[in-house]
Amino acid sequence: MATKTVQFEIKRQASPDDPAVWERFELEWRPGMNVTTAMMDIAASPVTADGKPTTPITYDSCCLEEICGSCAMRINGRARMACSSLVDNLEQPIRVEPLSKFPLVRDLQVDRSVLFENLKAVKAWIPIDGTYDLGAGPRVYPQQQEINYPLSNCISCTCCMEVCPQFTEATGFVGAATIAQVRLFNNHPTGKVLKEERLRALAGDGGIQECGFAQNCVEVCPKKLPLTNTISDVSRDVLVQKVKDFLRG
Amino acid sequence: MAAPRIIVVGGGLAGLSAVIKIAEAGGSVDLFSIVPVKRSHSVCAQGGINAAKNLKGEGDTPWQHFDDTIYGGDFLANQTPVKLMCEAGPGIIDLLDRMGVPFNRTPEGLLDFRRFGGTLYNRTAFAGATTGQQLLYALDEQVRRFESEGKVKKYEGWEFLSAVIDSKGVARGITALDLRTMELRGFAAGAVILATGGIGAIFGKSTNSVVCTGSAQSAIYQQGVYYANGELIQVHPTAIPGEDKLRLMSESARGEGGRVWVPRAPGDKRPGKEIPEAERFYFLEEWYPKYGNLVPRDIATRAIHKVVYENHLGIDGQPMVYLDLTHIDRSTLDRKLGGILDIYEKFVGDDPHEVPMKIFPGMHYTMGGIWVDFNQMTNIPGIYAIGECDYQYHGANRLGANSLLSCIYAGFICGPHALEYTKSLPAVDGDGGQAAELARQAELNAKLLKNEGRENSFWLWRELGDTMTKHATVIRYNKGLKQADEKIVELLERYKNVSLDDRSQWANTSFVFTRQLKNMLMLARVIVQGAILRDESRGAHYKPDFPERDDERFLKTTKASYTESGPRYEWEEVDTQYIKPRRRSYDAAN
Repeated sequence: MATKTVQFEIKRQASPDDPAVWERFELEWRPGMNVTTAMMDIAASPVTADGKPTTPITYDSCCLEEICGSCAMRINGRARMACSSLVDNLEQPIRVEPLSKFPLVRDLQVDRSVLFENLKAVKAWIPIDGTYDLGAGPRVYPQQQEINYPLSNCISCTCCMEVCPQFTEATGFVGAATIAQVRLFNNHPTGKVLKEERLRALAGDGGIQECGFAQNCVEVCPKKLPLTNTISDVSRDVLVQKVKDFLRG
Repeated sequence: MAAPRIIVVGGGLAGLSAVIKIAEAGGSVDLFSIVPVKRSHSVCAQGGINAAKNLKGEGDTPWQHFDDTIYGGDFLANQTPVKLMCEAGPGIIDLLDRMGVPFNRTPEGLLDFRRFGGTLYNRTAFAGATTGQQLLYALDEQVRRFESEGKVKKYEGWEFLSAVIDSKGVARGITALDLRTMELRGFAAGAVILATGGIGAIFGKSTNSVVCTGSAQSAIYQQGVYYANGELIQVHPTAIPGEDKLRLMSESARGEGGRVWVPRAPGDKRPGKEIPEAERFYFLEEWYPKYGNLVPRDIATRAIHKVVYENHLGIDGQPMVYLDLTHIDRSTLDRKLGGILDIYEKFVGDDPHEVPMKIFPGMHYTMGGIWVDFNQMTNIPGIYAIGECDYQYHGANRLGANSLLSCIYAGFICGPHALEYTKSLPAVDGDGGQAAELARQAELNAKLLKNEGRENSFWLWRELGDTMTKHATVIRYNKGLKQADEKIVELLERYKNVSLDDRSQWANTSFVFTRQLKNMLMLARVIVQGAILRDESRGAHYKPDFPERDDERFLKTTKASYTESGPRYEWEEVDTQYIKPRRRSYDAAN
C-alpha cells in the first residue's frame, strides 16, 4: 500500500535581508498530525518535494498544546496556532507563511515583542504593596471571577493584531490583546487604582479610537476572548475619562 | 557599593519568583530565557496549587500537607525544606490572590479548593484548569513592573551555555548564546540562579514543552555540580497520546470526579458510551477503595500499565484507558475544567462532555535534579538551582499541585539568600575566568559548525527518546537499563559524526538543538546509571526484581558527579527528623 502523504508549501526567508521563496514538501501522513509535527519531520529530513536538500525551518514553538502562544503563523491564509492546526482539517497543499504584521526574523519566526511593550505602557499589573505576608486578598465573587478569568486566558499569540486592518505602522494601534488586559486589571479591586492611567494610555494616538470594529479579532482568537465586547466597554471608559480630564482642565 | 548583579536563567514560576524577591529587596537582575518568559513551560500546569488553607472545614493543616508530601514521596525528600514549604503555602496563596490570579471562588467570595491525588483533603486552589498559566502571568506582570522601573533586564531569546567559574571555584557569571544573531557573549554576575525546568526531551515525547531539554542542568553538572536522584522520573497517568508530544490531561479531572475504567471484556469493540455500567472495570476504585481515582501518580500509572499489559484490557486492545467525565454536568465541567476539555476536543476531535476520553501514561516530571543545600545553593559557591531543575521537594514521587508551590517557594527563599551572598562576595580577580570560558565555548561552536559526518541530530534524538521511554520509565529492569546505557554510549560516539543541515549564523535552530543534544545524552547516562544502582522500589522508581523499598540500603539521596569516563556516584543521608519512615500503601488497609 502506498503511504498516504501530505502536501505543504512553506514560505522561506533566510533573514530579513534575503528574498522570500516558497518551498514544497511532501510528508508522510500520520493520524492526529498537526502543522508542528510537519515542521519536526522536515527538521529530521530537510528535503523538498523536488528532492532538493534544504535547511530545517525556523519557527517559534514551545508547549504544543495551545497555551504558550508561541507558534502563531498564517496557515492557508488564516492566522492561527500551528500546534492546534490538525492536518486533516486543512485543505492541501497546506500553505504556511509567517505573520505579516511583525518584523520577520527568519522563515516563520517573527518578532512580536511590541505586545509586551504595549503591556508595559498600560501598566498591566496589580500594584501590590509588596510580597511580604499581608493576609488574604480582597474578596472576589464568582460572578466577577467569571468575567475576569476569560480575559486572563489571553496567550499573547498576537493573532488578533495580525488580522486587524487598523494594526499598521501608520496608526500605531495597540491592538485588542492589550485592551483586554486593560479591562482585566481595571476590573480588579486593587488593580483599579491605576484605572485612570491605563485609560489615558489608551486615549491618544494608537489608542482605542483607532479600532474600526472590523471584528476580525474576536473571530480569530484561539482562546475565544470576548474582544469586541471588551473594546466597547473600554472605549466607553476612555471616553468618560477624557470628559472628566477635560472638565478638570 | 551596590551588590553585584544577579543572573537568573529561566523565567518560569521559579525564576520569576526569585527575580521578584531580588528586585523588591533592591538587587539588580539579568533574566535570561530561551523564550519570552510569558511562554515558559509553567503555563502548562493545569490543575492547581496546594496549600493547607483549611477553608473547607476539614481540619487541614500544614503538618498534614507535610505528611502527605513526605509519604507521597516515599520518604526520599529531606524533611526540613518540605516542612518549611508546606508552612509557607497558605501565605503564598494569599500573595498570589493579591497579585490578581483569577482563582475560582466560593459563593461567599473566598478561594475555592478541590481534591488532588495523594491526599484526602480539599487542598488545591485553582483557576479553572489553567492554573499554571494564570500564576505565571501574575508573576510575569510583577516582573514587567520591575522591568519598567529598571530593576530587571530581560534577555529573552538567549540560551544559557555554561557558568563562568573563577580560579577559586566560585561562580562569576555565565556564557550565553543569542538565538537570533548567534552571538556568543559572557555576562558577569555575583550569583547565578538556574531555574531551567524539566528534562522531558530526553525521553523523546513527554508532556513537557520543547524547551525542556535539561541542557542547562547537564552543562553545569559537567562543570562540577552534583546531580541528585536523577533516576526519579514521574510518569503522569493521564496524558493524551500524540504524534509530536503527549498532552497532559490534568489530575484535576479526577479531582472533580473523573473515573478511570476499561471494558471488562478484552477487545470490546463497542464505543465507550454504549458499554453498560456493569461491564466496566473501574480498576482504581476497586483496587484502592479509600483513595480511588485519586491515588498518587506512580500508583495510578502502574495500575494502568498492569490493566493494559498484564490483564490485556486496554481499549480495543490498544494501550489506552478511559478517563470519564460524562456523568458530571456540563456547567460544572466548563467552570472548573474548561481549559483542558477544550484541549482534548481540539487535538482529539471528541467532546469529553459527551464521550469518555482515551488516555495513557506519559513522562511528565523530574523529581531529581541539581543538588542544592537548604538555601538552594549548589556545591559550587554562587550557583543556585530552583524549581523543577532542583531535586529538593518531591522525594521519589511528586504529589499533584505541589510543583507550583515548590517552584514559587524555592524562588522566594533563594532570591534573598543569593542577594545576601553577593553582598559579602570578595571582589573578582581579573575577569573571573570569563575569557577562558568564552574561548572554550567558541571552540565547541566552531567545531560543531564545520563537523562532517553522516549522522543527523534529530534521528539520534529519536533513538535516545525511544530507549529512555522503553527502559527508564514505569517498569525498570537492570538488564534493560544496562542496554539503555550502552545505547547512550553508542549515541555519544555517533554524535561525533553529526553534521548540520544548516550551517548559517542567523536563527539557526538545528545548531542550537544539536548542542543541546550532547547535554541530553550526558544527563541520560546519569538517569539510567542511577536507576541501575538503586536496587529497590520506591515511589516512581519500580523494579519488579526488587519490589520492596529498602530503607537500610537506599533511604539515601543519589548524588552523581561528572568524570571523563562517566558519572561517579555517592550517597547522602536523608533528613528524616520529623516523620519516621513508615510503609507506604494506599490500599484499603491504610
